[in-house]
Amino acid sequence: MKNFLSLSTFLILFYAMANTFFIAEILYADNTVPSLSEDHCLTCHREMGILPSGFNENDIHMQPGLSCSGCHGGNPASDDPEVAMSPKNGFAGVPTRAEIPQFCGKCHSSINFMRTYRPRIQTDQVEQYYTSVHGKKLRLKDQKVAECVSCHTSHAIFSVKDARSTVYPLNVPNTCKKCHSDPDYMKEYHIPTDQFARYATSVHGMDLLENKDTGAPACNDCHGNHGATPPGVESVSHVCGNCHVNNLNYFTASPMAEPFEQLDVHACEQCHGNHGVQKTSDEMVGVGESSVCIACHDAGDNGYHAAEQIHHQIKTFVNLYDSAQVRLKDVQQKGMDDVDILFLLQEANQDLIHSRTLVHTFDPSKVAAKAGEGIKKTNEAIVLERQEVKDYHTRRRGFGIATLFITVLAVALFFKIRDMEKLRKKG
Amino acid sequence: MKMNWKTNKIYEWLDKRYELTPVIEFMSKKKVPVHKHMIWYYMGGVTLFLFIVQVLSGILLLLYYRPGADTAYESMRFILTKVNFGWLVRSIHSWSANLMIFFVFVHMFSTYFTRAYQKPREITWVSGFLLLLLALGFGFSGYLLPWNELAFFATKVGTDIVGAIPFIGKPLMLVLRGGDDVTGATLTRFYGFHVAVLPAIFTTFLVLHLLFVQRQGMSEPEHLKNLPDAKKKWMSFFPNFFLRDALLWLIVLNVLLFLAVFYPWDLGFKADPFAPAPAGIRPEWYFMFMFQTLKFLPAHILFLEGELVGILAFAIAGIIWMFVPFWEVRPQGTAKIHFMNIAGMAALIYIIIFTIVGYMV
Amino acid sequence: MNEERKMNKTSRRKFLNFIIGGGLLGWIASVFYPVFSYLVPPKIPEANVNSIKAGAITDFSPNTGKIVKFGRKPVILIRMDDGEFRAFSATCTHLDCIVQYRQDIKQIWCACHNGTYDLNGRNVSGPPPKPLEEYTVKVANDEVTIINPAG
Repeated sequence: MKNFLSLSTFLILFYAMANTFFIAEILYADNTVPSLSEDHCLTCHREMGILPSGFNENDIHMQPGLSCSGCHGGNPASDDPEVAMSPKNGFAGVPTRAEIPQFCGKCHSSINFMRTYRPRIQTDQVEQYYTSVHGKKLRLKDQKVAECVSCHTSHAIFSVKDARSTVYPLNVPNTCKKCHSDPDYMKEYHIPTDQFARYATSVHGMDLLENKDTGAPACNDCHGNHGATPPGVESVSHVCGNCHVNNLNYFTASPMAEPFEQLDVHACEQCHGNHGVQKTSDEMVGVGESSVCIACHDAGDNGYHAAEQIHHQIKTFVNLYDSAQVRLKDVQQKGMDDVDILFLLQEANQDLIHSRTLVHTFDPSKVAAKAGEGIKKTNEAIVLERQEVKDYHTRRRGFGIATLFITVLAVALFFKIRDMEKLRKKG
Repeated sequence: MKMNWKTNKIYEWLDKRYELTPVIEFMSKKKVPVHKHMIWYYMGGVTLFLFIVQVLSGILLLLYYRPGADTAYESMRFILTKVNFGWLVRSIHSWSANLMIFFVFVHMFSTYFTRAYQKPREITWVSGFLLLLLALGFGFSGYLLPWNELAFFATKVGTDIVGAIPFIGKPLMLVLRGGDDVTGATLTRFYGFHVAVLPAIFTTFLVLHLLFVQRQGMSEPEHLKNLPDAKKKWMSFFPNFFLRDALLWLIVLNVLLFLAVFYPWDLGFKADPFAPAPAGIRPEWYFMFMFQTLKFLPAHILFLEGELVGILAFAIAGIIWMFVPFWEVRPQGTAKIHFMNIAGMAALIYIIIFTIVGYMV
Repeated sequence: MNEERKMNKTSRRKFLNFIIGGGLLGWIASVFYPVFSYLVPPKIPEANVNSIKAGAITDFSPNTGKIVKFGRKPVILIRMDDGEFRAFSATCTHLDCIVQYRQDIKQIWCACHNGTYDLNGRNVSGPPPKPLEEYTVKVANDEVTIINPAG
């Protein structure tokens, strides 16, 4: 036993020592990468207070082995400016605007380089950029157009997923707006500058900017980011369909799709607008003043007739649903049970949403079918509501009856007492 | 008493075994003095009636209520929405609780001002005061049971005040709360107090209190005591006073039903220990005057904390009040001003004013 | 005359006693009726906070989903291809629409903005920011019960 113990102890110790040697080798093997505190570009510029404007130490490129020299070149190990910033050591200085895509693309377009840092990152940004209006104009020496740092900044770059990033979904509209909402800046390009203003009042804009819903579309969700291009007819309608799947599917299968294409009318956008898309109202479908249908359809044609019918079906459903909601408030105010009613109305609401989506089939029978289901559920809810209100009144009636009994009893008792005492008095 | 042959037979059977006759004789001789202030004699009976209503409605609620942070509120909602007449039983229980405490105060003050606490009824008074305290305990413990927002925070504030008592305060608070904070453990404890501990103690004192009253009869007011026997008017307890009592109880029942149907009790929102306290937490009205007093006291009085001074003051006042029969100041000669009346009025007015102020602030 | 008065008095007394007796009975009935009604348990015998019975196994074919009511909330009960049951909160974590089970993609889908959740409730595509809360499903005696894991 003793021998076994001493042998195993020896083996364990030997093994540990051997491993320590290996680990130490790996740890200290590469001693050419200085830590940030040994990065003389950073330390000198910081000491002298000449850091670039907007410099942020948490920039995603501020890592050992990358930092300043990774983009600008030079030798960060030397504290002698002549050596550190020598072109012989690869120092490239500050790039011009036209050079920036290449400057960034040096790394970001090289999959072999990027995959050592982020295996799944895309490396087609520069390629895409040059297909966009921004890229094309930059090639033509336009000095005002956006390039990489216009949106990403130069020294405060963060991951798209980082809330501090200028290209974090919630920040994108404000980034694009810097140029696109400045009429003076955009004067020579002859394109509107009201996109942000309209977007900020739109359903999407309010959801993103005010409710901070990152699920809501920002500029790049419809326009793309690096390959940003003004959308044509097809790109808009397809893009909307990314989220509004059913609306697009119904529309494409509807009799309206072909005429729209032939007349070169933009789907979705024609009726709903683009940047300033508002919450839809039931008045949009139909033949009333604010309907979108009468823009093309005249009284008597099939479309006019269909619009009328669809409007009527939706309106009937909505009116019934609204009346059920009013009754629900009454039930709740009376303190009666609303659980089952709420559930039914929640389901009916789903049917309402679906009916409104089915408007895009422009087929009254389809809308009627779904609205019918919803109307049925709403009516069930109304039955329950009536019952609750009835119970409320029954309780009061029951109280009335109980009071009646009690009063009769009390009065009789009163007379009985009087009677008894008269008797007693008499002896 | 009229008895038909059936009750006669039963009576004989019981009498042979338990000698009921002396008891019946005693009871049939019970008399109640008749005078213009005799309405106050009914207050104790109304309180008793409301207590019986509490016990019965409480037992019914017991059948469906489930104590526990996850189940209390939901079982309350179940009672209010799904159980037949659950809404009625619950509202009766809540209203009767408040009415009972109200009538306890009325009963206490009326016996005070008619000086019914005097010899030989000193212990009746003391037991009555203890019953008042127990009733307040019922109110405090029962209030938490629905486990809604208001109840949760009212309990938190109330037990916090208990914690301020020197020496015994902290341990007492721990025992009440079942821990450092108000949690599901507090709920379980309060449930135990409310349905088992307090009913047992209350019933004991109640039986004693009633026994004393039965044995000694109703007290006569002073002006009646000084009259010669021939001029005194009396009423038999059975059946006259009893029937009057029954009539009054019927009316009180009707009032209770009216309140339950037309002013049903709220359920509120489920308690969330992590949510901030909602605005306007208040204790129930019967604690309001003490709560408001504590709020008015400055943070420090001499070298003591203001709250502590308030608690001690109420404790001392309570003890003084409990032992009134033993230190009573009798008026000298024909002095018109009765010190006891002044003291009593002061106490009553204080309670009323501070209760009102509590609701106005 | 006295006799008449006595007769009147007696008959009045009898009448009074009759009213009292009748009133008392009526009063007792109006007290006992609610009490007995109260004692009879309602159809759903308990404040089902924690679980509901969703139905018989045979009510649910494989690769289907159904919305059931759990207290105040909708829950989606899914029977997968291999017969296993899963249940999730049916309220989409984006903007509260009610989700559905898609037999073609075998995932949970929200029609409002094309949000998709996998069969573990995780939000895998579209705007939903959070996964769907999962409920426990127990099958016993050919009956499916959905249980709230939180309570």
